[in-house]
Amino acid sequence: MFSNILIYFVIIPLLMLAGTGLCRGVRGIRAVAVTGSIALIALSVYLLVDYIGLRAAGDSAPMLYTDSWMWFEPLNIHLAVGVDGISIAMLLLSSIILFTGSFASWNIPQPKEFFLWLILLSTGVFGFFISIDLFTMFMFYEVALIPMYLLIGVWGSGRKNYSAMKLTLMLMGGSAFLMLGLIGIYYHSAPAGHELTWNLLEIAAYDAVPHGWQSFLFPMTFVGFGVLGAMFPFHTWSPDGHASAPTAVSMLHAGVLMKLGGYGCFRVAIYLMPWAAQELAWIFLILTGTSVVYGAFCACVKTDLKYINAYSSVSHCGLVLFAILMLNTTAMTGAIMQMLSHGLMTALFFALIGMIYGRTHTREITQMGGMMQILPYLSVCYVIAGFASLGLPGLSGFVAEMTIFVGSFQAGMADYLGGEGSLRLVFTIIACCSIVITAVYILRVVGKLLLGPVYDDHHRSLTDATWWERLSTATLIIAVAAIGCFPNFFSNLIKTTFTPEIFTVLGM
Amino acid sequence: MEMTIPVLILAIPLFMFLFLGLLGMKMSHKLAGTLGTLGMGTILVLSYYTAFQYFFSGAPEFINAAGERLQYLVFDQTWLQFTEKLVIKVGFFLDPISAMMLVVITTISFMVHLYSMGYMRDHHGVYEHGFQRFYAFLSLFSFSMLGLVVAPNIFQTYIFWELVGASSYLLIGFYYTKPSAVSASKKAFIVTRFADLGFLIGILVLSYYGGTFNFAELTSAPVEGLAGVSQVSLGTAEGIKAMFTNSAAPVFMGASVLTWALVLIFMGCMGKSAMMPLHIWLPDAMEGPTPVSALIHAATMVVAGVYLVARLFPLYLMETAALDIITVVGALTAFYAAMVACVQVDIKRVLAFSTISQIAFMMVSLGVARPEFHEGLGYMASMFHLFTHAMFKALLFLGAGALIHAIGSNDYTAMHGLRKYMPITHWTFLIGCLAIAGIIPFSGFFSKDEILSSCLGYSWVAYLWMSLVAGMTAFYMFRLYYLIFWWKEHETPEGHHAPHDQPWTMSLPLIFLAAVSCVAGFIPFGELVSWNGHPYDFMAHFDWSVAAVSLCVAVAAIVLATVMYRKENPLPSKMRNALPALWTWCYHRFYWDELYMFITHSIIFRSVCRPLAWFDRHIIDGTMDAFATVTNKVSEAIKPLQSGQIQMYVWYYLIGALALGVVTILCLL
Repeated sequence: MFSNILIYFVIIPLLMLAGTGLCRGVRGIRAVAVTGSIALIALSVYLLVDYIGLRAAGDSAPMLYTDSWMWFEPLNIHLAVGVDGISIAMLLLSSIILFTGSFASWNIPQPKEFFLWLILLSTGVFGFFISIDLFTMFMFYEVALIPMYLLIGVWGSGRKNYSAMKLTLMLMGGSAFLMLGLIGIYYHSAPAGHELTWNLLEIAAYDAVPHGWQSFLFPMTFVGFGVLGAMFPFHTWSPDGHASAPTAVSMLHAGVLMKLGGYGCFRVAIYLMPWAAQELAWIFLILTGTSVVYGAFCACVKTDLKYINAYSSVSHCGLVLFAILMLNTTAMTGAIMQMLSHGLMTALFFALIGMIYGRTHTREITQMGGMMQILPYLSVCYVIAGFASLGLPGLSGFVAEMTIFVGSFQAGMADYLGGEGSLRLVFTIIACCSIVITAVYILRVVGKLLLGPVYDDHHRSLTDATWWERLSTATLIIAVAAIGCFPNFFSNLIKTTFTPEIFTVLGM
Repeated sequence: MEMTIPVLILAIPLFMFLFLGLLGMKMSHKLAGTLGTLGMGTILVLSYYTAFQYFFSGAPEFINAAGERLQYLVFDQTWLQFTEKLVIKVGFFLDPISAMMLVVITTISFMVHLYSMGYMRDHHGVYEHGFQRFYAFLSLFSFSMLGLVVAPNIFQTYIFWELVGASSYLLIGFYYTKPSAVSASKKAFIVTRFADLGFLIGILVLSYYGGTFNFAELTSAPVEGLAGVSQVSLGTAEGIKAMFTNSAAPVFMGASVLTWALVLIFMGCMGKSAMMPLHIWLPDAMEGPTPVSALIHAATMVVAGVYLVARLFPLYLMETAALDIITVVGALTAFYAAMVACVQVDIKRVLAFSTISQIAFMMVSLGVARPEFHEGLGYMASMFHLFTHAMFKALLFLGAGALIHAIGSNDYTAMHGLRKYMPITHWTFLIGCLAIAGIIPFSGFFSKDEILSSCLGYSWVAYLWMSLVAGMTAFYMFRLYYLIFWWKEHETPEGHHAPHDQPWTMSLPLIFLAAVSCVAGFIPFGELVSWNGHPYDFMAHFDWSVAAVSLCVAVAAIVLATVMYRKENPLPSKMRNALPALWTWCYHRFYWDELYMFITHSIIFRSVCRPLAWFDRHIIDGTMDAFATVTNKVSEAIKPLQSGQIQMYVWYYLIGALALGVVTILCLL
């Protein structure tokens, strides 16, 4: 069991949990969190390099490093692991965000409890991304969700009880749909005469879920994961939840947890039920296409920084689900790149907002101004994050959005010229409009918050970023710029997922 | 050609940006400025060398046996692969117009770098706050602009197009504590972003049908036996047109899909090049430091739209409907901007509207260009005007900067009578005015005449219209000239120096650009730049009757300006009172800004965003909260059932048992 590299993605967080539990004093806890997350980054990078090597050597299996251990015989539940390009990208993303999130919560009160929950949450995230067994996947998914309640409820601010409750209940509601969907898939996973299975790869290979069932199970799973991916109209937990959450939790939640939604929609809903994905895509295209512009428009009038960023996440994550539904290699590659890009830049945003809030004790942009003169380092970082968000070339947002637009446009034109309606095309053009609206709300915040004269003279005495804050933001900026400057590396990594088998499964 | 020099041309400014941006604060102001200027100087030398090689070396990859100039792809590196064919590459493309742009950009940029060393400090020699940042942004801009012009594919153009937009944003908002500068920079970015939406969709359409982003594959045919060398070919463009017409849906809403694609791309050009109705950002962009206005908002970035149309010219020739649209938009913009320029009081605004009007000249010139007429004279004229305009408009802006630096105000009423105090500025500014007015032998005369000649070949309406605008140009420029340098000078307040000429770092660029404006007209441009690379003697196409007419118009306009503005006299106010409505509309720039303000604030912000946000909070979120409230209410309602009283439970048991019994009996019956 321990010979498989993937299992260490769960073992390291578990060791971190034990370490945090044993430590006394904040220094030890910080040391555990930082060492553990560095180990996770190193492990992901090693995995990345090794994976590329294997692919280059011609290994064309849909998933590599696969392994499976029986867990519960009567229901054929395994602890099955395996990764492809997408999961590796997500693992790398998660470990970077955990690393920077640890620095962002350097001075959190009650550090022991906080880090215990935070690391438990990460265990769930890492477990989710390495699992290929639907049941264990779901289990890790729940492990990632529940700590959120306590993290927001105890360490949050503002209406934290309400927000924590709302977030947890809405996500649990999603899980209910999801569980129904997953169990349904299990019972139709194999053709007659074969043993039922939870294993993703086997289900995809059998492709045995009857069409009638698909049209019921596809919406169940898509909505179930879509709630976490902030799909309109199930996104309202996001603004309230983020607004109350402490910095590191916002970072992890928007940066990683929301990616679980998009990842699940791709890996489970579309991958296992390609027929329904073709037939029912239109419903979700309308919903996700709407969230792209809807979130952006809402962000234009909000004055609380976290609300603005939460609505911006609705818009950007909407684009992820939207692109997945195009069922087109380019658009799907773009979707995964957008997940990476959004994860990094939104974590950067939330980190910066937390740092600014920690100093000014307000998040209202009407109560601040001229921060560039007072907090030059943080302000410059905010401008860079803003540029990444509005899609400036050289930063990650641009490459992801362009890949999505090019892919969606191809899919849309193919539909349109093939006489299958112009829905995809129309919504592609609507989604393109978001580049303008995004510019509006980003520059509005930059103009009000950072530029112009100093609004409040009390703010003049504030001090700029500390070393741990600099380290945290600089790491994220470097990652954002790396994707933006060398997109082909990431694009190729993701494309290795789209092996010929997936093409046949999806009928692409 | 070796790859080293082209790579350096792009790498040095990028490196300077990162270097000055990250470490600038640790250096002294002077060191940062010197390093930035030296870096730019190196690029200048390398670009001149490259352009010289391209035009004059006679190497087979640049010019063929028949003397036709070829397009040469120096390098092309995959940057992001979408599909098999749709690949974004980053490369370096040499052809007549990109070589010319290399010269223009590096010349103006170097002059601006040098000039700013003097401009960005006050009279006591103290450097402005953020001086290092200024040089970092200038380097970023130079990098982006160079990347834009050498782009071998339309997506690289788009990438650098966005980057120049961002550097323009950063530089307009350089004085970021000033609210007007902040809102001007925001406006510039958002307006051009809106235009870029059209550009992006245009690219998507064009690349979907054409199956490529490469300019060479869209407009040129490869030359046999030489890799990376191609030649402009109408045949290729016809092939692209055929792809569009043979698709399943060749017509969309009454126009061909190719027309749509080209018009959408032109929309991006309208935004960058400030064509009406997307011009509103350019006058406000004057909030930036004046050297920035000279570099970005007069000479280089704003002509990117013209450059892109020129780049895709063979495709535009396939759809003359798109060219007609360009002509009409350009003609209207030229006239509108000239009208507005006649009444503005802020000298930089006059120059800004003059820039809009002159860029419109270039657009019109492209719009009327046809290969049948004088071998596509309009194309050459447009590029020629781009070149001469860059030189004399940068000169005028830098001159204006010198005045503003000396006086401390943008308002001409604060200037008056400066010719005695600032002789260098005076003479160079006068040369700039003569050049833009189109007086022989200054450079504007030649380029403008060719534009007018090609308009005549298109239609006499266009010719008369543009001649009128040319006359207005001469008028408003000399109005400005007289108001600044003539009239009675202001008294110098006690304790202040009289205004005086500037340090050499500022004078040298003025003198150099003035010298270029004097002689640039004699460059045999037709032999260097033509739409298909086929050189011709443009003097053979020079129409002396057109030249004579336009010269008369310009002289008449200058005489009129002299009569009205040489000395303080009642004529201007009389004219103003005679046509008060026209004057007010011109002064308020025909209320375009107010219209946009209404659309964005009252309609989009107040009638779309706010209701949506309300809807989200109260309807969508309200529904979610309602689920919770209903659940709570129901629990409250049934809570008494679990009272803990045994007597009650016995009652429930009895009633339940009875009910079950009744049901059973009823079922049995």
